[in-house]
Amino acid sequence: MASWDWEVFCKNTIDGEVVPRCFGSGGDITYLDWMLSAWGWTLSVALLALIVALSVGSLMGIFRTTPNKWLVGIGNAWVELFRNIPLLVQIFLWYHVLPSIFPSLRAIPSFVLVVFGLGFFTSARVAEQVRAGIQSLPKGQRYAGLAMGLTLPQTYRYVLLPMAFRMVIPPLTSESMNIIKNSSVAFAVSIAELTMFAMQAQEETSRGIEVYLAVTGLYFISAFAINRIALFIEQRVQVPGMIGGAR
Amino acid sequence: MSKTRFSPSPRAALALAALLATGVAQADTLSKIKESGSVTMGVRESSGSLSYTLGDGKYVGYHVEICERVLSDVRKQLGLSSMSVKYQPVTSQNRIPLVTNGTVDIECGSTTNNATRQKDVAFAVTTFVEEVRIAVKANSGITSINQLNGKNVATTTGTTSVQTLRKHERAASVDFKEVFGKDHADSFLLLESGRADAFVMDGAILAGNIAKAKNPAEFKIVGEVLSVEPIAIMMRKDDPAFKKAVDDSIKGMMKSGEIAKLWDKWFQQPIPPANVKVGMPPNDNTKAAWANPNDKPMEDYAKK
Repeated sequence: MASWDWEVFCKNTIDGEVVPRCFGSGGDITYLDWMLSAWGWTLSVALLALIVALSVGSLMGIFRTTPNKWLVGIGNAWVELFRNIPLLVQIFLWYHVLPSIFPSLRAIPSFVLVVFGLGFFTSARVAEQVRAGIQSLPKGQRYAGLAMGLTLPQTYRYVLLPMAFRMVIPPLTSESMNIIKNSSVAFAVSIAELTMFAMQAQEETSRGIEVYLAVTGLYFISAFAINRIALFIEQRVQVPGMIGGAR
Repeated sequence: MSKTRFSPSPRAALALAALLATGVAQADTLSKIKESGSVTMGVRESSGSLSYTLGDGKYVGYHVEICERVLSDVRKQLGLSSMSVKYQPVTSQNRIPLVTNGTVDIECGSTTNNATRQKDVAFAVTTFVEEVRIAVKANSGITSINQLNGKNVATTTGTTSVQTLRKHERAASVDFKEVFGKDHADSFLLLESGRADAFVMDGAILAGNIAKAKNPAEFKIVGEVLSVEPIAIMMRKDDPAFKKAVDDSIKGMMKSGEIAKLWDKWFQQPIPPANVKVGMPPNDNTKAAWANPNDKPMEDYAKK
């Protein structure tokens, strides 16, 4: 690997000829086009899974702090189930094992499966953080809310969650960045995302170092963008006098 | 006593320096082998009958056995009474860097000899010509690639078959719904479970997977040859002495007919660990490569 050859990204994926301006035309695509579309898949998988993870995770986290033992049980079972199985194994369970038990699942596109698989895996971690956030609040806040005549859902909505969510923004940021990186498992179920692009393009072009460097850069940019957005949100919503709000 | 344990000894520093030096350039493999009395063979974990592991650091296969014979000839040529052979597992991602940086002296896996790779590495004379074929369920009624329009076609990520399919799609303006397995076993599972209607891959890999299937009679290999790829043993570039030694040894096996016996042993007889037969006689391209030893890249085969 004496010298680098960045022209590899300008090559046509059919005949390997270098295309002027690096973008293919008329149905032909270059490795650059392919990489950008792969980036799109990575971001789509990650962002949709993030929505699933945050909504299901918050719900399960809240369940675990309620006084109802059935809801606590559901929340606990959810977290332990999805936290204790490796991510790749979960994806294979969704893709290969469950469809062989329930043939109707076979009709679901693998994109949807991987969004839910990755979302549920991450939701278990989000649930733990939301629970920790709620439990870190003094018990008196819950009692005060209930004593004011608010119902339990109202106490959560107006008293506990506004504080708890602010507190868990930093760990949730880490989870959101993780989901970008974890989305690489989608290659295993035939999603044409960045990791699959890297494995395939390096084989076709024999320029593995350039391909992997470019892909690494895109993963870094994506995760870092999430980090900056989360920081912005954190600063916008901070309450003076609370954690992270003292400035 | 305990003090000196933590200071790097001069010998360790020298060994480290030697290790780093091999990373830069070690063009003369023969003298490297002679000096060190050892040679490193790159092998694959699961490249069909060509090169695979039995576990416990044991590697076997058609190419591994060819390499072992080549290295024994090299040992005789160098006049060494003994030579240790180290086995280094490689993947399709790292095999070329490991050969160019000197970690691996001779790679005996399933590497396609093509023009792009020849810029970085050298290949011995072709020992096997692979043909990309289609595996389908025997009862599917599919006999040709043209019947796959609009069907789900499985192939494995990180193989040249993906490119072959793409080219074919373009040339014949057909549309496959490609599904990608992360490895060959995964792709075969896609075919077995019905998620894919066909599995397009190197014939030897298809035959190997079918042989290992629960019910081999359920599957068959059909249709035209989609691509022809010479598979060869890989070495460092610009080392004519070592290439000649390897080539001469392989040519000797081709001339004596020994290579056909090795083929029979690995592709037509029961092989470990499960003692199943791949059941694949050598194809005409392979026989031609044995009759007229050459190291032509894949591109030369396409021209015919």
